[in-house]
Amino acid sequence: MRHDTPDATDLLPPTEMSFLVKFLELMNRTKVDEEEYWNSSKFKAFTFDDEDDELSQLKESKRAVNSLRDFVDDDDDDDLERVSWTGEPVGSISWSIKETAGNSGLNHEGREQLKSRNSFSSYAQLPKPTSTYSLSNFFRGRTRLGSFQSLSDALSDTPAKSYAPELGRPKGEFRDYSNDWSPSDTVRRLRKGKVCSLERFRSLQDKLQLLEEAVSMHDGNVITAVLIFLKRTLSKEVLFRELEVRQVALRHLIHFLKEIGDQKLLLDLFRFLDRTEELALSHYREHLSIQDPEKRKEFLKTCIGLPFSVEDSAHIQDHYTLLERQIIIEANDRHLEAAGQTEIFRKHPRKASILNMPLVTTLFYSCFYHYTEPEGTFSSPVNLKKTFKIPDKQYVLTALAARAKLRAWHDVDALFTTKNWLGYTKKRAPIGFHRVVEILHKNSAPVQILQEYVNLVEDMDTKLNLATKFKCHDVVIDTCRDLKDRQQLLAYRSKVDKGSAEEEKIDAILSSTVSRAATPPQPGETDSSQSSIKCIKGYHRVTTQFLSATVTLDLVLDMASSAVNGVTTEPKWLSPRLLEKGANVAGPPGGALTPDCTEHSKL
Amino acid sequence: MAAHLSYGRVNLNVLREAAIVWDEYLTGPFGLIAQYSLLKEHEVEKMFTLKGSRLPAADVKNIIFFVRPRLELMDIIAENVLSEDRRGPARDFHILFVPRRSLLCEQRLKDLGVLGSFIHREEYSLDLIPFDGDLLSMESEGAFKECYLESDQTSLYHAAKGLMTLQALYGTIPQIFGKGECARQVANMMIRMKREFTGSQNSVFPVFDNLLLLDRNVDLLTPLATQLTYEGLIDEIYGIQNSYVKLPPEKFAPKKQGDGGKDLPTEAKKLQLNSAEELYAEIRDKNFNAVGSVLSKKAKVISAAFEERHNAKTVGEIKQFVSQLPHMQAARGSLANHTSIAELIKDVTTSEDFFDKLTVEQEFMSGIDTDKVNGYIEDCIAQKHSLIKVLRLVCLQSVCNSGLKQKVLDYYKREILQTYGYEHILTLHNLEKAGLLKPQMGGRNNYPTIRKTLRLWMDDVNEQNPTDISYVYSGYAPLSVRLAQLLSRPGWRSIEEVLRILPGPHFEERQPLPTGLQKKRQPGENRVTLIFFLGGVTFAEVAALRFLSQLEDGGTEYVIATTKLMNGATWIESLMEKPV
Repeated sequence: MRHDTPDATDLLPPTEMSFLVKFLELMNRTKVDEEEYWNSSKFKAFTFDDEDDELSQLKESKRAVNSLRDFVDDDDDDDLERVSWTGEPVGSISWSIKETAGNSGLNHEGREQLKSRNSFSSYAQLPKPTSTYSLSNFFRGRTRLGSFQSLSDALSDTPAKSYAPELGRPKGEFRDYSNDWSPSDTVRRLRKGKVCSLERFRSLQDKLQLLEEAVSMHDGNVITAVLIFLKRTLSKEVLFRELEVRQVALRHLIHFLKEIGDQKLLLDLFRFLDRTEELALSHYREHLSIQDPEKRKEFLKTCIGLPFSVEDSAHIQDHYTLLERQIIIEANDRHLEAAGQTEIFRKHPRKASILNMPLVTTLFYSCFYHYTEPEGTFSSPVNLKKTFKIPDKQYVLTALAARAKLRAWHDVDALFTTKNWLGYTKKRAPIGFHRVVEILHKNSAPVQILQEYVNLVEDMDTKLNLATKFKCHDVVIDTCRDLKDRQQLLAYRSKVDKGSAEEEKIDAILSSTVSRAATPPQPGETDSSQSSIKCIKGYHRVTTQFLSATVTLDLVLDMASSAVNGVTTEPKWLSPRLLEKGANVAGPPGGALTPDCTEHSKL
Repeated sequence: MAAHLSYGRVNLNVLREAAIVWDEYLTGPFGLIAQYSLLKEHEVEKMFTLKGSRLPAADVKNIIFFVRPRLELMDIIAENVLSEDRRGPARDFHILFVPRRSLLCEQRLKDLGVLGSFIHREEYSLDLIPFDGDLLSMESEGAFKECYLESDQTSLYHAAKGLMTLQALYGTIPQIFGKGECARQVANMMIRMKREFTGSQNSVFPVFDNLLLLDRNVDLLTPLATQLTYEGLIDEIYGIQNSYVKLPPEKFAPKKQGDGGKDLPTEAKKLQLNSAEELYAEIRDKNFNAVGSVLSKKAKVISAAFEERHNAKTVGEIKQFVSQLPHMQAARGSLANHTSIAELIKDVTTSEDFFDKLTVEQEFMSGIDTDKVNGYIEDCIAQKHSLIKVLRLVCLQSVCNSGLKQKVLDYYKREILQTYGYEHILTLHNLEKAGLLKPQMGGRNNYPTIRKTLRLWMDDVNEQNPTDISYVYSGYAPLSVRLAQLLSRPGWRSIEEVLRILPGPHFEERQPLPTGLQKKRQPGENRVTLIFFLGGVTFAEVAALRFLSQLEDGGTEYVIATTKLMNGATWIESLMEKPV
C-alpha cells in the first residue's frame, strides 16, 4: 500500500514499533555512505542564535534541507525496507503483544482458549467482522493482515495536506529564505520539530501573534520555544505586561522559569504580578539546593520577613531557629565525641549528624544525649520544648522512646510520676498507657517493667489484649480472675509453661472458683475478650468480614499450597472446626484431595 | 541479523554498531512493546542505563540516548558526551526523545555545548501503550502535576493526539461526553485537530459509541482510598510497574526435599501480570476476600485433573492425558505463584495496622467524624509512619469533608512539619493547590450530598458475588465509575445538581458520521464506551469498569485509557516537592 503523501502521518505520528526500527536502520545505513551523507548533516534543527549572520543561516538551512530530503527518501522506500534482517516483516511486533495484550495474540491462531472477557475482540461483537481491530493492532505492522492495521495505512487514502508543505515538496523549503512564513506556519513547523528561525519576527505585534498561535495549539513544547524567544528579545517589563493578559502563556513561563531555575526572573515576575505568597514560597524553595549548613541558615534568615501566611511565617521562623540550634549542637557534640571523654558518646556513637533533621528527631536526639542538662543550654530537651512550643504529648512520646532505648527505666518511671501536694505519687500518661506499653515493648523492656505499665491500662479489654500479646502472664491471670472469665483462663492455661508458677496459679484459681462457676459463661463473654474492636457502624462489618475471610483464606491457602507442592501426607487442614466454618470452600472430608503432582513425571 | 552484512563490503569487526543508553524510566514501557532480542537483531550491541559521569566502555560506533525530555537528564547526557569525547575514537551520538522532542531540552544541550555532537535528534511518539486488551496508558507520571499544578497542557495535547490516533484506527467516535476543565480542553483540541484534518474522511466503521473524558480532579477521593481488589492490593503493597511486579523471593523458593531455607534466593522475584494468564484474568479484579475461594477451587480442579491418569486405561487415553500435561503444568505454576502472592498480601491485610487504617478510611468515606482531628492519623505521625501514608489519610479526610476546618488543618500541618521537616511546607502547598488538602470554604460540607446522590457508600456489599461496583473498596463505590455508570443509564440529566457541585464544566459534543458508517443497533447489543481518565486511574477503578462491562443487563462495555496507571501513594509522591 503506497501512499502519495508521506506526511499524512504528521498529525498523528506513527506509534508503531516501525519507527524505532526505522531509526535503527537509518543508523545502520550510516556506515554505507557515511562519507557523502553524515559529514554534512550536523545541522541545527532549531537555532536559538541570533548572532548567526545571514549567510551562515543560509548554509544551515540548505544543509537541513538536504538532510530532510534524506528523511523523505527514507519514508518513500519504506515498503522495501519493511521486510528485512530476519525476513520477517519488520513492522510486526505481534510477538510482543502476545505477552502484553492478553490473548489478543490468539485472535488468529485459535480461539478455544479465548475465554477472557478482557479481550478487546469481545467488544467487537458487532455486525461487522471488526474483531481484528484489537488494540494490539495499534502496534502491529501493516504487512500482517492486509487490511489497515497501522496508522499510516489507515490514513493512506488521505489527500495531500496543505498545512505540512515541507515534505514531499522540497521546493517549499526554499520559502524559508524569503521570510514569508506566517506565524501560524512557523508554529506548525515548530510543532513538528522542524528547522525554523524565529528571528524574522521583529515587531512586538508579530511576536505576540506568534505566541497566540502557539498557545492555541496547546503544545507546551512550542509555547515554551516561543517564550524563550520572547524572553530573549523583549524587555522584562514588556514581556511581563503582555503575559499578564495571557494567562496560559504566563503559566507556561512560570513553569519554564522554575524548570531552568531562573530564580531571579521568577521572583521579578511574581513581584510584578503582585503574587506575594508565591513569591515567598518560591524564594524559600531555593534553600533546598544549598548544601552548606551555615549558608543555608543565612538563606533561611532572608526568608523570615517574606509575606507568607501567618501560620507559615511561624513555621519558617522555626525552621531557621532549628537549623541555627542544630549547628550549635552539632559543633559541640562532634567535639565531645572526638574527645572521647563523655560516656554516652563512647557507648552510643552518633550514627549521623543532626543537621537538617526534623524537629522531633532533634528532640529525640537531645533526649538521648542531653537528657539531664539544665534548661538553660541550647541542647536540653526542656529548652527545645519551650522554644518550639512542643505539645506535652509529643514531648512525652519522644522522651519515652529515647529513654527506653537507653533502657533508662528510672527516667521512664519519672516521666509518668506526678506528685500531688500531699506528697502522694500517681502515674499519669498524656498519651495513654497502652501506647507506653507498645513503645516499651518495641525497645524490649523486661517483663517486670512491661507488666507494671500494662496494669495501668484502664480499659479491661485492651489490658487483657496487651498482656496476652506481650506474655505478661500475671496480668492475664489476674484480669481473668477479676472478670471471672473461667473459660478464658482455661484456654490460657495451655499457653503457659508446664509446671510453671503461672500454671499453678491458674490451677489454684480454677479450683477455688469451681463452686462459683456453676453458672456457665455468657455467650458474649468470650467474644468480648477476643479483640478490642468497637462496634461502630462501619467498623463492625469490616471486622467480621476480614476475620471470617482470614479463616477461610488460611484454609484455602493451606489447601492450595498442599495441592501445588504435591504434599501427599495426611490432609492436616481438615480440622472439623475449620471445615464447619469454611464449608463453602473445603473439599470433601477424608482427604479426597491428595494430589500427587510429583508422580506425573513417571508417566 | 545481518547475514547480508557478513560477506558484504563492511567489516563488522570495525564497525560495532550501536549502544543504547536508556533513561531508566523508559525501560519499563519499552519492555512492553520491544524486547532486547529485537533490538539485538538490529545491531544493538550494548544497553546501559543513563548515569552520571562517563559511559561504560563499549566498542561501538553509535551511541543512542533514549530519554524523556527532562532537563536534569540533559545534564547527565552532556556529561556523558563530554567524557566520551575525551576518551578516544569519535563516536556518533544520537538522541531519541520519548514521547516528544523538546526544544527546551535541546536548548539546554546547546547551553552545555554538546548539541552539535548529536547527529540525529528525533522523537518517538509513544502516545498510548496497550497494557491489556481493554486498557491503554500514556504512562506519563507527571501528567497530573502538570495539568493541575503547573497548568501545563502538554500532556493534554498528547492525550488528544492519542485519541486522534485511536479514531484513525477504530473510527470516529460519534459522541463525546466530559466532565472537568481538562476534559473540556482535550475535547476542544480534538475538535480543532479534526478540523485541520478535514481532507480525510475517516472511512473506518466506528467501534466506539461514546467517549467519556474525565478529569482526575472531579474525583480526588477514589485514589486516596486503599484498593481492595487483588490487583489493586498487589499494586498498593508492592507496586506494579509496567505490568511487572517485584516480590520478596522467600515465598517463591522451590520447596524440594524439605530442607529449604539454606540457600534462599535473594533477588526479588519478578512476575508479569496480565490477562494472558488465565488464572490472573479471573482473579485480578475480585475483592481480595473472594480470591481465596477461587484459588481453592482451582487447586481442586488441578489435582482432579492430575488424578485423571489413574482412569487412563487405554493407550489413547494415556496419550490424551500426556498431551494435556503442558497446559496443566502451566496452570499449576500459575496457581503456585498466585497462592504465594495471596499469602504475602494476607500477611499485610491481616495486620492490625492495615485494619486500623482501613477502618479510618471507611469511617471517612461514610462520613463519620471527618471534622475533627483523627486519633489514628495522630498516632501515625507520632510513630513516624511514612509521610505518604499520613498525607494520603489527611487528604482523604479533607476531601470527605469538602476541606478541613482551619483549626484541624493547622494542627495536622504543624504535626507534619515538626515530625517530618519544615521543608514539607512546599509539599503541603502543592496538595492545597491541587485541591487535595484545603480549608473548608464557607463552612459548608458538600460531600454528604454527593455521597447520597451518587450512592458512594453501600452498607450491604457482597465481596464474593458482587452486585455493585462498591465491592472494589468493600463499601465505597468509586465516584468516577459511578459517573460513568450513571451516564450510560439513565443519563447525567438526573444528577445535574451533583455535577454542578463537582469542579469543572460538563459537556457533550457530537462528531457527525456519514450515513454509511452510522450504526444500526441490534436489540440487546451493548454500547462500547471509551473512558479516558485525565490525570490517572487506579486498578480498582479499572476493575469496577470491567465489572460493569460484564453485567448481563449493563448495556455498556468499557475500554479504558489514561495518562498514568497509579495509586494513592504514587500520586501523592508525584506531588511532593523533592529536594534538589
